[in-house]
Amino acid sequence: MRHASRLVAPLDDEAVRPLRSGDRVLISGVILTALDEAHRRMTEYARENRALPFDLEGQVLCYLESSPTPPGRVCGPIGPVASGRMDPYTPLLLDLGLKGMIGRGRRSPEVIDSIVKNRALYFGAAGGAAVFLSGCVTRVESVAWPEMGPEAVFRMRVEDFPVVVLVDARGNDLYRDGPARYRGGGSPPSKEGLTGGP
Amino acid sequence: MAKVREVEASLVTEAVRGLFFKANVSIGQDVYNALVHARDRLEESPLGRSVLDQVLRNHDLARDGHVPLCQDTGMALVFIDLGQEVLLVGGGLAEAVDSGVEEAYREGFFRKSIVTDPLFDRRNTGTNTPAVLHTRIIPGDRVGLLVAPRGFGGENVSALRVLSPGQGPREVLEFVRDTVEAAGPEPCPPTLVGVGIGGTVEAAAIMAKRATLYPVGRRNPDRRYAELELRTLEVVNALGIGPAGLGGTVTCLDVHMDFAPAHVAGTPVVVNICCHAARHAAVTI
Repeated sequence: MRHASRLVAPLDDEAVRPLRSGDRVLISGVILTALDEAHRRMTEYARENRALPFDLEGQVLCYLESSPTPPGRVCGPIGPVASGRMDPYTPLLLDLGLKGMIGRGRRSPEVIDSIVKNRALYFGAAGGAAVFLSGCVTRVESVAWPEMGPEAVFRMRVEDFPVVVLVDARGNDLYRDGPARYRGGGSPPSKEGLTGGP
Repeated sequence: MAKVREVEASLVTEAVRGLFFKANVSIGQDVYNALVHARDRLEESPLGRSVLDQVLRNHDLARDGHVPLCQDTGMALVFIDLGQEVLLVGGGLAEAVDSGVEEAYREGFFRKSIVTDPLFDRRNTGTNTPAVLHTRIIPGDRVGLLVAPRGFGGENVSALRVLSPGQGPREVLEFVRDTVEAAGPEPCPPTLVGVGIGGTVEAAAIMAKRATLYPVGRRNPDRRYAELELRTLEVVNALGIGPAGLGGTVTCLDVHMDFAPAHVAGTPVVVNICCHAARHAAVTI
C-alpha cells in the first residue's frame, strides 16, 4: 500500500490527475458540508440560473452528519452518510465545478460517468470513526441556509482528514475492484480470537 | 396472595439513562477484542487493516472522552424481562423507559433521530423517543434491562424471507450470503449478523435482533446450528467485501442464529445486520 498522499482543498486538475482508486489521502484546507435538503436547494438555484451563495469551483463537498457539539469542542462526532442519497443531484453539481466528494457507499453509474467527464474524485471516510474524524476539524462556520439547522451548508477547516479514493477520474471504482481482489481468496477466519470476551 | 416486590418506576428511568450513556460511548469488550484480532491477524488487505485501526483508535477516544463513538446514536431499542412478581409503582413502564432515553440523549449530547410519523409528518420528536420496547414476562422478582442504540446502516439492508417446508440449512446460508453481498459497503462492515429462524415473521425478526447482540464467539447450544453459524461466517467472509467495503477478508465479525418451533407450512427467516458499532448494555434491577 502506498503511503497516504496529502491534498489541499479546494482542488484543481493537477491535484486530481495522479490519484487512483485505493489511494489513501489526507485532506487539509477548506471543505463544504451538504446533505439532502441543501442538495435540493442547490439544484433549484442551478435550474433557475441563480448564483449560489458559495462558489463550487474546485470545492470538496462532504456528506457528513454530526451529533450535537459538546461544550469545549469544535464539533460533535462526525461521520459520512450513504452517498447514494445525493446521486440524483450530483452530476449537475460536478458540471458546476465541484471537484471532490466525501461520503460512504456506492454511487450510481451516472455519477461515476460524470466524475470521469469532469475529472473529479469521490473519497470515502470510514463509518464508525466519528470521534477520530471530528479531531481533524479545526473550525466550523455556517455558509448558507441556516434555517436547515444541522443540515445547513457549513465550511469546515480540516487538517489531515483521512480518506480513501473510492472513484478516480478514470472511473475506477474501489467498491467493485477491492472486493473482487479478495473474493474467495484470503484464509478462512480462525476460530481463535472469535472466542475473546470480557 | 403471592408476595410482590415493589419497584419504583424512577429506578427503571435511572437504569435506562445510565445504560444509554454507557452504550453510546463504549463498545463491548468482545467486539473490541474481535476488531483487534481482525486488524492484527485476520485481515489481509492493508487498506482494510488501516480502516480497522481507525475504528479502534476511535473507540479509545470515545470511551476516554465520554463522547458518542458514532454520530448516529440510533433509535433506542430496549428489551425488558419483567419478573411476574414485580409490581411497578409510581408510573408506567413505557413512560419510565422514555424518560430515561430522553435524559440520556439530552445530557449526553447524543443525536436525536426519531421522526413523529414515517410518511406524512417527518418532524423530529426532539427527544429520541419513543423507544422501541420488547417486553417478556418471566418468573421471579427481577427486572432485566438490555438496551441497544441502533443506527440505521444495518437496518436499511436487513431482509426477510419465508422458506418453504422443503428448504433447509443450505437455503438459510444462501439467503444470509446474498443479503450480505447485496448490502456491500452500506452497513459499515465488518458487521455482526443475526439470523432468526422459525416462529412467525415478527418472532423471527425479534430473534434476529437479539442474536446480533450475543457476544462475539458465542455459539448456538445446538451443535447443528453452531456449525451452520460457522459455515455461514466463512462463506460471508469469502465474499471479499472487507472493512468499510473496500475489499478484504473480514466482512463479518460473527454470525449468530436463533431458532424457534415453526409451522408445518413455512419457515420465516430474518437476517438482521448490525454495523461493527454493535452498542448495547444490560443491567438487572
